[in-house]
Amino acid sequence: MTIKIIAFGKIADILPEQEWKMDGVQTSGALREQLEASYPALKDLRYLIAVDKKIASDDSPLEDHSVVALLPPFSGG
Amino acid sequence: MYPNGNIQRYQKQILLKEIGEEGQRLLCQASVLVIGAGGLGCPALQYLAAAGIGRIGIADFDVVEISNLHRQILYTTEDLGVLKAEIAAKRVKLLNPAAQVELFSERMNPQNALSIIAAFDVVIDGSDNFPTRYLVNDACVLLDKPLVYGSVFRFEGQLSVFNVLNNGIKTNYRDLFPEPPDPSEVADCNEAGVLGVLPGIIGTMQANEAIKLITGAGKTLSNRMFCYNALNNSVYELEISPNPEAHKQIPDNPEAFRKMDYDWFCKMTADDFTDIDGPTFDQLRQTKTPIIIDVRNLNEWPKVTEFEHLRIPLAELEQNLDKIEPNRPVIIFCQTGVRSVTAAHLIAEKIQTQAIYNLKGGIIQWKSKL
Repeated sequence: MTIKIIAFGKIADILPEQEWKMDGVQTSGALREQLEASYPALKDLRYLIAVDKKIASDDSPLEDHSVVALLPPFSGG
Repeated sequence: MYPNGNIQRYQKQILLKEIGEEGQRLLCQASVLVIGAGGLGCPALQYLAAAGIGRIGIADFDVVEISNLHRQILYTTEDLGVLKAEIAAKRVKLLNPAAQVELFSERMNPQNALSIIAAFDVVIDGSDNFPTRYLVNDACVLLDKPLVYGSVFRFEGQLSVFNVLNNGIKTNYRDLFPEPPDPSEVADCNEAGVLGVLPGIIGTMQANEAIKLITGAGKTLSNRMFCYNALNNSVYELEISPNPEAHKQIPDNPEAFRKMDYDWFCKMTADDFTDIDGPTFDQLRQTKTPIIIDVRNLNEWPKVTEFEHLRIPLAELEQNLDKIEPNRPVIIFCQTGVRSVTAAHLIAEKIQTQAIYNLKGGIIQWKSKL
């Protein structure tokens, strides 16, 4: 099962790419844990996770071809 | 038929069947409050004035400085040092003399926000910090006002419309971001940098959402957030769903709202430093010989000549901590009191001091009282 991940704002600096694919993650909570383990700087950031364009909670299931977006808030004006 | 301006002014938009004479009449009778006359506010104000909005409110307490000019396109080199709200009001009146313009050159706070916002049909959030964004959001929820949200970071922008019923659902900022980021996560345009066109695009889109809200034309971004990346032109949109837990944080009556401390909510205050106001700052300067540090970038305006101080831009602070003599009282300021909080946290962490003070409202507020 492959998902696609899109990173926005500062998250795209922390992660190796702005967009990439990942295998074998079942829920968005599990994804968050895995990413934070590989990129600890993520633990200090607040961001929302959207799965297929809907805001996800930690137990939201991921499916084959799910597109997961990681969106931090911006304050600039 | 049109309380302001003659029909020829609006002829080309009246031709559109989605606007027509009725839509134009609605625009001419509507009122929009723009919070922040900066990168987002400037283009929004221009297009609202041009479209014929009857009454326009401008809320900004900052002055024009040279590093604004690449993106805050209502201002020119002749306006340096002048209050943005004043110049913006002048330019709006030039664009459309029939527009009624109201200025609010004070910081939005829990004491003034409800009465200011209540007088307008639509609010546009063009502010540049999280405490104000949460404050304005909560005020609009309380007063049931549509709020057009926009924000930028480097090349990326976010846009949404809060508080508008759509398919039986209303959502707001708290549904998107229930928890504010830590001050150390925050980078505003001064620190992160931004390409001038980006707030130009997002601010113009905010005016577009306001126009659609007022005329009923097309479809607005209620219950959706639109994201744009100017570097590669990618767009992304997501659906916002209500978050009942987050709603509990919104004060549910005016009295509760007036007691809120949004700086505290966004952890902009802390135990390791004390916020001080202008008079306290002056008193400390006279009685305590503190080390005063300006953490703005070196080319920022206004220049400060009224007292001696160190200039250490925030980005260079960590490498220059040795310039700060330990065990002395330290007072930190920046433009509006946002970056100085991050500096205060850093200094508290790394150096032994007698006390750390943060000048609330920054040098802008202090200078305005001189």
